[in-house]
Amino acid sequence: MTEQERIQKQRTERTREESEDVSVVTKKGEQLKAELDDLLDEIDGVLEENAEEFVRNYVQKGGQ
Amino acid sequence: MAVAKILGIETEYGVAGGPDFDPTTSSSIIVNAYAQQGRTRISWDFNDESPGTDARGILGVGSLAPMIETHLANTVLTNGARLYVDHAHPEYSSPECRTPREATVYDQAGEEVMRRALTVANETLPSELTISLYKNNSDGKGNSYGTHENYLVARDVEFSDVVRAMVPHFVSRQVIVGAGKVGAETDVGQAANPDFQLSARSEFFEEVVGLETTLKRPIINTRDEPHSDAERFRRLHVICGDANMSPVATLVKLGSTALLLAALEDDGVGDFPPSPARPVRAIRDYSFDPSLRAAVDDDDGRSRTAWDYQDELWQLAQRYVERHGGAVVAPAEEVAVILQQWREMLDGVRDHPEKVADRVDWVAKRRIVEGFQSRYDLRPRDAKLRAIDLQYHDVRRDKSLALRVGLREIASDEEIRGAVQNAPRSTRAFFRGECVTRFPDDIVSANWDSIVFDVGHGPLQRIPMMDPTRGTAELVGPLFEENLTAVALVASLNG
Repeated sequence: MTEQERIQKQRTERTREESEDVSVVTKKGEQLKAELDDLLDEIDGVLEENAEEFVRNYVQKGGQ
Repeated sequence: MAVAKILGIETEYGVAGGPDFDPTTSSSIIVNAYAQQGRTRISWDFNDESPGTDARGILGVGSLAPMIETHLANTVLTNGARLYVDHAHPEYSSPECRTPREATVYDQAGEEVMRRALTVANETLPSELTISLYKNNSDGKGNSYGTHENYLVARDVEFSDVVRAMVPHFVSRQVIVGAGKVGAETDVGQAANPDFQLSARSEFFEEVVGLETTLKRPIINTRDEPHSDAERFRRLHVICGDANMSPVATLVKLGSTALLLAALEDDGVGDFPPSPARPVRAIRDYSFDPSLRAAVDDDDGRSRTAWDYQDELWQLAQRYVERHGGAVVAPAEEVAVILQQWREMLDGVRDHPEKVADRVDWVAKRRIVEGFQSRYDLRPRDAKLRAIDLQYHDVRRDKSLALRVGLREIASDEEIRGAVQNAPRSTRAFFRGECVTRFPDDIVSANWDSIVFDVGHGPLQRIPMMDPTRGTAELVGPLFEENLTAVALVASLNG
């Protein structure tokens, strides 16, 4: 088996392992969304209040 | 034959706030704050610096003589790093490390150094002058500053072969190690008008090869300043990378580049894929297209995406390790981790981006940018999204977004705190760090390849360290056990 074929085979096997039925995928999608929502809440809490001013005032001299 | 891939990262941090909003003053305050907390007050020695020397053999013009900088804060740390003010930014240059993982830990130690300096500095400043620092590469207004990697390379490799072999990697690796950016800020970037880019830095590159680092930036920098025995070594100074917040991304950025350099040294340039016909165009076009579909032609008209290039280069590195082992880069176990992470990140960005959001900075950043955009129904590139981009890189724990997105760690906090204090045991940085720790009052100055002692009588004594692979704990550890004073140490080295 050439290197190329071997990698291709590994990938195919990986894809097969990862194929899941639809209900699992949906559940997983909901879980991901809930995690992202929590993360966005947390970021909302620490993000600089005046984004416009924060971004405008960040001016650097060029470096290397 | 491949030489040990001694390596390290230098990072110019973005700085905001401070007296008169003057970044040079604020940078000096930061560097002095760290130096004055009693860690070290030893100054840097510019004697051997010649950043204008060109690897192509032409002596460069237009670089400032190093002495011009000396009125600015500039110091050597007990961990062997250099902390100083460069171009209106505080810069941490990590000590020389022996493996990509070690260099990643010392890069993270640099973040901690900046965090501590910031705490000390802000205690002395009124609250309206509070300084903040960002480990990033641009201000969103067309000003960029660098995160440079350095790799030890055998002198007998032709520089033209380094260019030929490494351009494909440097234009394409952003697909897994780009830090991501909301919008664009150069003329060429704004013409392309991407909502989100793979890399913060790529749009600033205008040449393929050159000596400059601040104007007309080249993908391959020719600065030939080995800080070591120039007969045997080069130092490849890589200026086109992003500042990564993800430790795994830093590991893979360093590990992939080091493995490819070792493959070039041991097996020559023949196996490397051909460069894109227009490398500057490639690095930009790849960055402007996070869908990863952008393709560029090589000279024979074959078209490749950045992903295609990385796939070929990963296979080349894998073959190299099968043939030669990867001992010049790292122990076998670490090399295996590098190859595995490189592969997973590459497959991940194409097939399942959400699975590599814990390792690929641009994926992690885009996830929260797009999340915010849809939550608040914002336009692309809204100020709030740019604020997220900037704050992703904030070094303060209570502000950093990178610390909140669930990036995978490669070292414990304890190991990183140790690296703030102690030098790597595996390179000449050990000798420098031990000297600075044990004999701070006897050292006049230090730099990458020497230390100058004042032993109280007679002339100053310069101890050269021209081989970065020596001066390790194994080689010089016993010297520090036997010689408890600087006088004794210098005498034993001279004897």
